Amino acid sequence: MIALFSITALSLIMIFLFIEGISIFDHVSIKEFIFGKYWYPTDDPADFGILALILGSFCVTFLSGIMAIPLGIMTAIYLAEIAPPKVAEIVKPIVELMASMPSVVIGFFGMVVVAPFIQKLFNIPVGLNIFNASLMLAFMSVPTICSISEDAIFSVPTALKEASFALGATHFETIVKIIIPASLSGICTAVILGLSRAVGETMVVLMAAGGAAMIPGSIFDPVRPLPASIAAEMAEAPFRSEHYHALFAIGIVLFLFTLIFNLIADFLSHKFRQVGEASL
Amino acid sequence: MESNIKMHTKNLDFFYGNFQALYNVSIEFVQNRVTALIGPSGCGKSTYLRCLNRMNDLISGIRVEGQAMLDSKDIYDPSIDVVTLRRRVGMVFQKPNPFPKSIFENIAYGLKVNGVKDKAKITEIVEKSLKQAAIWEEVKDRMNESALGLSGGQQQRLCIARALAVDPEVLLMDEPASALDPIATQKIEELITELSSKLTIIIVTHNMQQAARVSDRTAFFYMGKLIEVNDTDTLFTKPGLKQTEDYITGRFG
Repeated sequence: MIALFSITALSLIMIFLFIEGISIFDHVSIKEFIFGKYWYPTDDPADFGILALILGSFCVTFLSGIMAIPLGIMTAIYLAEIAPPKVAEIVKPIVELMASMPSVVIGFFGMVVVAPFIQKLFNIPVGLNIFNASLMLAFMSVPTICSISEDAIFSVPTALKEASFALGATHFETIVKIIIPASLSGICTAVILGLSRAVGETMVVLMAAGGAAMIPGSIFDPVRPLPASIAAEMAEAPFRSEHYHALFAIGIVLFLFTLIFNLIADFLSHKFRQVGEASL
Repeated sequence: MESNIKMHTKNLDFFYGNFQALYNVSIEFVQNRVTALIGPSGCGKSTYLRCLNRMNDLISGIRVEGQAMLDSKDIYDPSIDVVTLRRRVGMVFQKPNPFPKSIFENIAYGLKVNGVKDKAKITEIVEKSLKQAAIWEEVKDRMNESALGLSGGQQQRLCIARALAVDPEVLLMDEPASALDPIATQKIEELITELSSKLTIIIVTHNMQQAARVSDRTAFFYMGKLIEVNDTDTLFTKPGLKQTEDYITGRFG
């Protein structure tokens, strides 16, 4: 009953999102909307091209992935396989605590501490840029990637590890050639879920990405990712105006992104699924 | 009895934390002979077997005292490389545990981790090992298929082939047929007899008929202690101790 209620509520939200968003396409074509380079929603005539916003989201997510994926997976391997039980006992709750950190705190940290720091370090005019936002997003997705991967690695049957050791494989060889392949589906799911958290994250990018709706030239340029645009402009957009509808259309694009991410996660977890132990 | 001792333990004690699982176990394993370890569940025979290739090292909080020698070298000596030891003393487990890889990769794995890079040589050894394990005819046309598609008995022979591929001197088998049907069991037993001409085999079994069929010598364990060890024929027909007799005639266990 409750499940039915929440499903209904969610589908109503989705229908609302589509109804409100689609009417922008009376004014601009889908192509102009997605590939238009200029986002000047309050000008007259207004420009509703969200390419810069999409690229902003993409750059921030991609860069945070580069930072978070290796770090998250390696931490997971360390915790599941290498760390002495006592160390794992202490580190694991800390990682989980990181996952529950409110995003506004992380965004604030990025704005007040990290921004001046990288401004000085790289000698650049603004500290709020792709690099800063990616760093903060990586900070948010590492715990997700780490804890889900760790579960996957931990659930590799002992029998497989023993078989590998019994053949004279070292611990390292066993990790690389047996444990990681056997837990690959779980690791892929972890990565996608971690990244989809980064794509949809609003507060951090709103505070730390700089908020300039332009196509970035380097990782030290400020950008305005999709969620940040919605959050920043929704309050100013007149009700049922073109701008208002355009923001809903951004919501649709964002929704499609996360949907694709989840589909990929689902596909990968099936593709690499391996039956661990032999069945008789 | 031959003097050709491949492996032996002397006064071996084994502890899981504070719990002592083995008391003072001394057994000699003759080269190219099959030794069976029998005894009721929980008597320590599997623990003992896993001491012989230091598989117990993977469990934290264990302690070993006494000697375990391979060719007159103590395998618990700090100078011993565990990885090399495990290549020389192979192991087949109770449940078939092929890797979730192709049949070919399952056998080739041990060679690759031991530094064999020559592809032709790997292919040759894979074929030889599968023939030795009497499974070549059944799998030769499906080398690239997943090993998990094989039946339980085939998987276990694949695991034996996998262990043979790295050319071990001693093969430890932990109830290798306990999860298999009678026909698959018979195949494994024939295989053990055949292999014993080339290597030293130590097999843990629950099944006394199996011990009688495949082994040259038998050791009887009870409550972590070695009760009696002798030639299989002697142990089964004229057991030296009442306790052994009671067990093999099925009065307890």
